Amino acid sequence: MTDALDLPVHLTPLTDTHTALGARLIEFSGWLMPVQYGSIIDEHRTVRERVGLFDLSHMGELYVEGPDAGTALASALVSDPASLAIGRAHYSMICTPAGGIIDDLIVYRLAETRFLVVANAGNATIVSDALAERLEGFKAVLDDRSLASGLLAVQGPRAMEVLGPLTDVDLGGLRYYAAADGAVAGIPALVARTGYTGEDGFEVFVDTAQTVALWGALIEAVRGADGGPIGLGARDTLRLEAGMPLYGNELDLDTNPYEAGLGRVVKLGKPGDFVGRAALDKVAVDGPARRLVGLIVEGRGIARHGHPVWVGERRTGVVTSGTQSPTLGVPIAMAYVAPGDAEPGTVVEVEIRDARVPARVVALPFYRRDA
Amino acid sequence: MVPTDLRYTNDHEWIRVADDEATIGITAYAADQLGDIVFVELPYAGRALDQSAAFGVVESVKAVSDLFAPVSGEVTASNEELARNPELVNSDPYGAGWMLKVRVADAGQLDGLLDAEAYDALIAAG
Repeated sequence: MTDALDLPVHLTPLTDTHTALGARLIEFSGWLMPVQYGSIIDEHRTVRERVGLFDLSHMGELYVEGPDAGTALASALVSDPASLAIGRAHYSMICTPAGGIIDDLIVYRLAETRFLVVANAGNATIVSDALAERLEGFKAVLDDRSLASGLLAVQGPRAMEVLGPLTDVDLGGLRYYAAADGAVAGIPALVARTGYTGEDGFEVFVDTAQTVALWGALIEAVRGADGGPIGLGARDTLRLEAGMPLYGNELDLDTNPYEAGLGRVVKLGKPGDFVGRAALDKVAVDGPARRLVGLIVEGRGIARHGHPVWVGERRTGVVTSGTQSPTLGVPIAMAYVAPGDAEPGTVVEVEIRDARVPARVVALPFYRRDA
Repeated sequence: MVPTDLRYTNDHEWIRVADDEATIGITAYAADQLGDIVFVELPYAGRALDQSAAFGVVESVKAVSDLFAPVSGEVTASNEELARNPELVNSDPYGAGWMLKVRVADAGQLDGLLDAEAYDALIAAG
């Protein structure tokens, strides 16, 4: 019997594949996704040292097309997609009029008048609706292909040697945050040099009907390079070490880009108005009320989302994400603190259950790969 | 089959009794469900334990779980090796991954715990 209270959960085309690989599946942002196939720490190291394959079918793919597509997106988002060269991409955000972050995005310019906006799974519908509304009056239309698009990521130092033999795309010539159309294992695909791990890597967009075939080709190549499948658990520890924000943890409607240390993404100098401009102009002048920092916990304990952060008897902020860093071997966290406490080297205390545990503010990211 | 010389709680702790001293840990099933264990917080020797009350915390990469006392008593030792090598709870949950030594206050409480057969049935039921 079906529980009538259960929300509908999307299945990726790879659900059976993940199950056969021994994955533990969890509901994440309305999708049944693999959180781990074995050990999260092993999967994390596999990506740092070799190469891993991720099913990212849950991400939202929103295509915007029309003669005004660039200017329409420039008025809808905080970045300036109209300034993107064809084949390039950038990190962006969509904000409310008050400057709160609705979602963080990657925007790809696929052609003069065609863009791809990739949204987080949990926000895909909200972003789709907001974009549709903000495109009104422009000669541009939105095509929400979230459920029609498959997305797999190959990430790690061996990503190029894994993907190279399978594609006609010149991977060596593909710059970071660039994308090109081509074929992967004979399947029409958009290949982008983007990721969420802090490693070199590629994201491959295909029609959802091709996701299983693409996975089959990629997992074989990944295994040939001593890699394997990677779940959302390691995706989270990888992005945290790389200092990358996660919507719902570091970013939300009550947070503006400057607080999150993402002011560089907001293009106040671009022509025309955009949603949130007045509010963000003010933050840019006045400075943010709090700042996102990295913490290394120096006492015993792991800081987690929601733990208060103290300086003496003054509560300065709160932890947004935290884990034991598989690469550094120490507990790391991201937290919002008062601007005066954000300088690297500042000593704070994290309230972990009934104890105050010393921690030190450090510059982000925690981990940077050798260039 | 889980080890037959132990008693178990519904919360997946095990207890091994020798005379009036008992050893406490978590089961292989619990360790596997948690995944890679990266932190264990345990009480020091001398602290009193109350049956079914939380006595410590075990953390994996993703999750935080409380530990519950199978019996009342007094802590006589905690496994200090777990501060350096918490992964012992995954690799050897019934041996080197032990957590506490306890002087049992009331041996009668042991009779209320699950035996191996009952615990097997519990984890089989998910």
